[in-house]
Amino acid sequence: MTTVAKDQVQERVISALVEFGEEPENVKPDSRFEDLDIDSLDLVELAQVVEDEYGIEVTDADMDRIATVQDVVDFVAESQS
Amino acid sequence: MSRRVAITGLGAVTPLGVGADALHERWAAGESGIEDGLGRCSDFEPTDHLTRRQVRRTDRFTQLALVAAGEAISQAGLDEASYDRTEIGSVVGTGIGGLSTIESEHILLREEGQRAVSPHCVPQMMANSATGALAIEHDLRGQCYGTVSACAAGAHAVGAAARMVEHGDAIACVAGGSEAAITDLATAAFAEMGATSPTGISRPFDRRRDGFVMGEGAGVMVLEDAETAELRGAQILGYLSGYGATADAHHMTAPEPSGDGAARAIRKALADAQVEPGQLAYVNAHGTSTPLNDRSETEALKTALGERASATPTSSTKSSIGHLLGAAGAVEGVATLHALRAKMAPPTLNYEQPDEGLDLDYVTDGAKAMEVNGHPAIGISNSFGFGGHNVVLVMEAA
Repeated sequence: MTTVAKDQVQERVISALVEFGEEPENVKPDSRFEDLDIDSLDLVELAQVVEDEYGIEVTDADMDRIATVQDVVDFVAESQS
Repeated sequence: MSRRVAITGLGAVTPLGVGADALHERWAAGESGIEDGLGRCSDFEPTDHLTRRQVRRTDRFTQLALVAAGEAISQAGLDEASYDRTEIGSVVGTGIGGLSTIESEHILLREEGQRAVSPHCVPQMMANSATGALAIEHDLRGQCYGTVSACAAGAHAVGAAARMVEHGDAIACVAGGSEAAITDLATAAFAEMGATSPTGISRPFDRRRDGFVMGEGAGVMVLEDAETAELRGAQILGYLSGYGATADAHHMTAPEPSGDGAARAIRKALADAQVEPGQLAYVNAHGTSTPLNDRSETEALKTALGERASATPTSSTKSSIGHLLGAAGAVEGVATLHALRAKMAPPTLNYEQPDEGLDLDYVTDGAKAMEVNGHPAIGISNSFGFGGHNVVLVMEAA
């Protein structure tokens, strides 16, 4: 598995949230999903993006611990290390 | 009827354009929205009307319904009305629901496996998602459901909404129909069963008619308790004064040849409105351009209206926009009320050759003035669906 730089992961997660309908200026690394208009179905889709892009399996338990953009970035980094 | 049901808002997205006025004006002028044998809403760009988020999370049939409903609700001023929101209902009919979602997600499943299926698939494909999205968007917290009766679904929705208001279960109800089924599967399936026109021409009642032309779109109206609507100063466009619904109980797709089920629906609707055939200024026919419907519908009109059948201008919206399936009844209801308000019967387009026994006044030489003798114009709109469903709405211009 090739390790992907954190800033690239962050960029990909933010672009996914923007695709979901968020305004780009609202999405920051420390943005909490519950404060954005991101619901549980969007999070499932985000997990699909992470799986497709980085080949990492994301379980429901993993998703339960993820609340912000930065959490996703850290999760990917941990899984790749 | 107990409480009188007023119509205070109309909205439509059709192959003639976005807006009920485009439908009314262009059809009355004899224009067609059918291109290459299909009635697509080519002018409809979802992101012009809805947020990116809404567009991404909804099937096209929900997008069409939201925009038509937005127009009707805006005209009625319903968002601003000081009504208890729990007293406002919504009913949207559809023939199929989110068919393009079903088809595209099925391809993903087959090609890439379960994990590729969108978590948004179910809420997008459900036949009730248009009405659910409508309730969320406009905070309508009363009864909320969809009707499913193929090409009668939109008319059933309006009828059900009228009963809701009459009975006092809601002060107001947003009702209509929506369909976006011009997909690979549906066009193939309708063609294989011989329902759609191989020539791609919608010519209801003409001897050469050979099937319907598929269309897409949505029509929505706001129905309200007339007294309450007057109190809040809403503009009353007309009244939904009668509703009749029956079943053929004959065949899944073929109408009962004598038109008995349809005739009973017409009679029930007229009785409900306390209207005599002689009071009708206009009949908005189901008029699909299929060999069977146009004949049995003509028979039904003769049975139900007697000698008045041939004296009442009768035209088919489908000659201009095609068959909008589950949206048809609602879109045609919108077109009917517009026509009644203008006291002009819009034309049946593409009619050239009479067929034996099909001898009503199909309004084949352009729009014609209705005879109303100074009274508000009253008309009916017929809708019939596969399954043997017959629905007739009686409307009266204000």
